[in-house]
This record gives sequence, structure tokens and C-alpha cells, in this order.
Amino acid sequence: MTPLLQVENIAKFYGARIGCTDVSFDLYPGEVMGIVGESGSGKSTLLNCLAGHLPPDRGAVRFDTRADGLRDTRAMSEPERRMLGRTDWAFVHQHPRDGLRMNVSAGGNVGERLMAVNARHYGDIRASAIDWLGRVEITADRIDDRPTAFSGGMQQRLQIARNLVTGPRLVFMDEPTGGLDVSVQARLLDLLRGLVREMNLSAIIVTHDLAVVRLLADRLMVMKDGHVIETGLTDQVLDDPQHAYTQLLVSSVLQV
Amino acid sequence: MSEYNFAYLDEQTKRMIRRAILKGLAIPGYQVPFASREMPMPYGWGTGGVQVSAAVLTPDDTFKVIDQGADDTTNAVSIRRFFQKTAGVAVTEATSEASVIQTRHRIPEQDLRSDQILVYQVPIPEPLRFLEPSEVETRKMHALEEYGLMHVKLYEDISQHGDIATAYAYPVKVEGRYVMDPSPIPKFDNPKLEMAGIQLFGAGREQRIYAIPPYTKVVSLDFDDYPFQPTKADHACDLCGATDSYLDELIVDDAGGRMFMCSDTDFCGTRRKQGHVGAKGVPHTEDAR
Amino acid sequence: MISVENVSKSFVLHNQGGAEIRVMQGASLTVAPGECVALVGASGAGKSTLMRMIYGNYLTASGRIMVGDIDVATAAPRDIIELRRHTLGYVSQFLRVVPRVSTLDVVAEPLLATGSARADAIARAARLLTRLNIPERLWSLSPTTFSGGEQQRVNIARGFAHAYPALLLDEPTASLDPANRATVLAMITEAKARGAAIVGIFHDAAARDEICDRQFDVTRYTPGLAA
Repeated sequence: MTPLLQVENIAKFYGARIGCTDVSFDLYPGEVMGIVGESGSGKSTLLNCLAGHLPPDRGAVRFDTRADGLRDTRAMSEPERRMLGRTDWAFVHQHPRDGLRMNVSAGGNVGERLMAVNARHYGDIRASAIDWLGRVEITADRIDDRPTAFSGGMQQRLQIARNLVTGPRLVFMDEPTGGLDVSVQARLLDLLRGLVREMNLSAIIVTHDLAVVRLLADRLMVMKDGHVIETGLTDQVLDDPQHAYTQLLVSSVLQV
Repeated sequence: MSEYNFAYLDEQTKRMIRRAILKGLAIPGYQVPFASREMPMPYGWGTGGVQVSAAVLTPDDTFKVIDQGADDTTNAVSIRRFFQKTAGVAVTEATSEASVIQTRHRIPEQDLRSDQILVYQVPIPEPLRFLEPSEVETRKMHALEEYGLMHVKLYEDISQHGDIATAYAYPVKVEGRYVMDPSPIPKFDNPKLEMAGIQLFGAGREQRIYAIPPYTKVVSLDFDDYPFQPTKADHACDLCGATDSYLDELIVDDAGGRMFMCSDTDFCGTRRKQGHVGAKGVPHTEDAR
Repeated sequence: MISVENVSKSFVLHNQGGAEIRVMQGASLTVAPGECVALVGASGAGKSTLMRMIYGNYLTASGRIMVGDIDVATAAPRDIIELRRHTLGYVSQFLRVVPRVSTLDVVAEPLLATGSARADAIARAARLLTRLNIPERLWSLSPTTFSGGEQQRVNIARGFAHAYPALLLDEPTASLDPANRATVLAMITEAKARGAAIVGIFHDAAARDEICDRQFDVTRYTPGLAA
């Protein structure tokens, strides 16, 4: 089976400093990969390189496009990459404000991606928006409210709806539960888990929270100082960590 | 006569503007940056339109200026006198007699001919500006034909007002490619954007020129289930009786009494000369001027 | 169905001076379809460790662990994920659940993951819960607030929802009263009858003797403990 995403030797440097280096992995449809590490580990740099937000200095990121099979996204033209970003790919930012239009209603936010791929029937667009808001547990009566009137958790759920409405196959998430209250986090993770399974999504999730990866990710990569120091099945890396740093990370998590 | 170069601008500046105009005509609806000059009127008073007119006028032209359809507002008079003084061209209020017409916020009611040029004054040339403040991003969107955001604006209108509320500066797609702001003309005027004349758009403060060549396809954006409607007030002109022209509403007394009159003063005057009389009009006599 | 071949395992605790603890050496074991093998040995001898190695939860330092056609010791993560979805089930000692998911959904999940229609999955989950005496009024609640025994029964229901050809059971009858204990043993017997290969850890000697065909003593492979 062809991998959905094939990452080969990705590296990004800032002068002599390593952003991330020697990262390679294959991701298949329906798989969720977690990338964990502490501040400065390079995980966000890596995510941005993969998602096309930062140009890597080395390596290839090949995506299995619907029309042409595996293509290196680095070699794509900008219009093609931007089109990919609106259709097959999605990016959930840590701060909903970075991923939403705050001066557009919830319905407009969800409908934008549809309108960007030529949806031209107002009634249908609105119906899709209501359906998706429902799936992220936002009641239909909030459809005309601006995100500024939403709580942080609701904004994050709106961001997810906005991203998933065009049925992407690969979702990048940067600390999706960062900054949210614990109870809100639980709800969001549950939602993400359900959607990933229902839509057979592949996802790459960057987080510093091991509980999030335990819940959402099938596979895990641990990063430190720009390098991947351990990788494998999530439960195996967390229950039987081999590397010293991984062992430290796992043992440092407070048990409630 | 005057110490000014013909039409105020020096020849090199006119050359630069003409190049921008040619580029705009070659790429209908595309905003061409140009080096807008300091004019003897402040930004916001039509400097873009004035610079375009200055670049296209020749000594044989007949020039007309309208401001919201009227030839006799302060600004229309002011600009007309400016060109009389600096270019010495003939001026007129009759649409059919003009070869270059500069306008603010209206298209004349009378169909223009292929030998006429219409110059629009434009405040904000970028139709996406209010939703996307970044110039870098809007340029990319135009370059990559990413216009989903434009429909978001229309969606928002319908969700808030039940209908597309944009009443003027209604966005259009030109020749199936560029989305353009037709300047703050009422949406009633949008169908006239497909015409025999040449249309030039000048934004002085924003430093952009764009153009629509004759017989170009111009489509107003809409939704399949909320199609574009060029609406106007449901009245006839009280002076000349016209039912198909854009109307101004005038409050005439303290009791809220009002009357509707054609915004295009030349159109109204011409009809009255032909003998048409509206509900509150008086038969035409030669007005003292 | 399950074939453990000459496996070894040690833990290196880097943050405690690099202490190495060798827990298993040269263990071999085969389990045929329809067999139930009990892992026995003193506490800490490595019973759970071996079970986790078979599941891929712990890495195997050397040797092979074949489950069907897959060598769990060296397989790629996605192959193990696939194996766990369709072929290899694991009922651990403790129920670990996502908060907010209802008991019914917890039990139905393995069926949904293997492609069952939602209605069928829910129906089967309901039958299992009924059989294990979880009252219907609890089905819509998250099991996180249930008693230890109730959680264990939900855990078992989930483990038996899908007919895995290979099954790992860690203390399946702990915390259960005699009636439920009997039910669970009956379920294990039925699994054997349909050809599942089962590896179990039972502290309950009677239960062990009742359903297990043979025993495997892990202490024979524990360095330092071997006689």
C-alpha cells in the first residue's frame, strides 16, 4: 500500500543551529503520528516544514495526491500547494485566532473552504456549516455569531470544523489542546478521536502533553534538540521507553 | 493662456500613466500599480480619475464631469474648470456630446458609444481589502484566482440581512478571471459595465489603475439561490417620469415629504426637453443659466 | 497461532545509574488454535512482561514472537496496529478508557474498528454487557466511575466483542463474584471452541485448572531465578 505521506531526511537549520534534522517516516491512511518533545525540541519546526509553512533545507515530503500519486510537495508550484492546503490538508493551530477569521461568523468560517472550491449555493453551504457545527458540538443557533463571542474551547472546535469540512485526508495539529481547561481538553480529545476514526483521517499531532498522545496517536516520535531520539508504537514508547531522555520524560509526568 | 503643460501633468508622467492604462486594458480587471502624482487637490477628491483623464485627453476632446450623476455639484464643477484651465478643452453637460467623461459613483443612463471613454474615480481599488487586510495576501489571491473569500462576504450579508446587502461597489468578475471593485457605483449600474465604451478606473491615493475594454464580459458575483438583482427605488422620476433610471431621494419639507429625481441630471434634462413630465414636474422651459 | 521463540528482555534504567535488569532469557512457547496456556510463576517473575511482549507493548530484545504471520518483535508499527485490530486481543488487568465515552461505545469499539455496522456493533455490545450482568441503566454512562468489578467486566466485554484468533488475558477473573466468574470462564471456553489461541494469567488456581490445557512456568527463563 502506498503511504499517504512519505517524509525523507527532512532538515531545517538556522545558521549553525539545528531546527530539526534527519527526520524520516511514512504515514499511512488512518494513522495518527504524535510528535512529542519539550520546548526547543524542534517539533514545531518539523510540523511547519511538513505542512509547507517553512521551506526545509533538505529532504522531501511526498504526498499521495488524488490525481498524480506521490508528489514531492517541495517541488510543487505555490498554487498547487495552496490548493492542497484547502482541500486534502488541514492545519489546526494552537491558538484558534491563528486559524479562524475572527470578524466572520461561525457559518462563514466553516463555509469559506467550500466557497474556495466553488460551492455556489447559499442554502447548501449553510446546511453543511450547520451539520459540521453539530459534529463539533456547537449548537446551530450560534452559526451567525462571531468567534469573538465564543469560549476558547468553542473557538478550537470551530477551527476543527472549518478545517474538516472539505474532507481532508491529512490533518496537522499544533498543540490542539494547549491553553484549554482540563475538562475542555477531554472533550476536545474525545471529539478528535471520533472524527479521526469516522473520517479515516491521518494526522500528525505535535504536543508536549503525553496524555494527549496516549489517547490520540498510534505512533510516537520523541524529539530532543532537533533530533528524533526514539520512535515506535505509542504504548510501547510510553510503557517501555528505551532512550534515557524518553525514560526521563515518561517518569516526569505527574500521576493524578 | 496658462503656464501649465497640457492637462497639468508633464509628458513623462502622462507616458507612465498611459503605459499603465494599456497594461490595464490588456489584462481586464487587473490592478496596475502606477506612480500617482501629487495633484492640486487632496487625496479623496478624485486625484486618480483626474490623472487618468489628464493622460487620455487631447486638445480635440470634449470633456464632461459628473459627481453622483450631477454635472453641477461643487466637485464636478471644480474638476471641469481645472481641465478648462489646464487643457483648454471643450466641455459639455450632454453625455452624447462628450468624448471623455469623468465620473464619481455613477454610470450615465445613456448608453455610451465606442468612441467614448468613461473615467471612474476609485477610493479603494481592492475588493478583498475589508476581509483580508494584508496587501501581500490579496495580491496572491488575485494571482492565484483564490476568490472564495469574496463569496464569504456575500454569505455574511445574506446571513445577517436576509439578502446580499451590498448596494454599491458590488464586486464583479471580469472576463472570467479577475474580481474587481467597480468603484462605489450603485449595483443598479453593474449591468452597464458591459458597454461599447472604454472604461478606465483610477485610484490616486492607492496608486492603482485598472480598465475594462469595450464589450468585455462583466459578471456580478452571487449565489445560485440568491442571484444578482440590479435594484433601484420603486418609483418613477418626479420630474421627467422615467421608470428605468437610478433615482435620488430628496426630502423637501419638515414633514418628511420627499420626491424622487433622476440622479443623472443630463438624462433627466434631456427627457424633459423632449416633453416628458413627471408627477411633480413642470413642463420644460429654457432654464436661466 | 502464537509462537514465542527464544526471546530475551532486559530493562536499562538510564536515570538510575544505568542499572540493567535482565528479566527474561531464552523463553520459547507455542500456543495452537483452541489451546489455552496459563503463564505461572512467582510475582515479578515476568508473566505480565511476556504477555506485553507478545502484544508488542514491550520491545523484545532478541528472538521472535510470531502471531499468525507477523513477527511482533520486528514488525513495523502499522503492521502491529493492524494485528491488534483484527487478530490479537488483550484484556489487561485495568480498564483504561477515554473519558466521556459511554460503556456501550467502549465495548462496541473493537467491532467498529473491524468494520461492523454501528447498529450491529451496538447490539452485540449490549448482549455482552447483559451476559456480564452490567445493568442497562449504566450503559450510557462512562465506566470511569464504576466499581472495580464492574470495570473488569466492561473490560472483558470489550476484549471479547470481536472474535480474535489470538487472545491475551491478564487476570480475567480477579474482582469477580462466583456468578460472573463462571460467565467469564464460559466465554473463554467458547473462544477456545471457535479456535482461538489463548494465553492467560490466573491467580485463581481453580479457574486456571478448569480452562487451561497446560501451564508455562516463566521462572524457568528468569535469569537469577532459574533453578
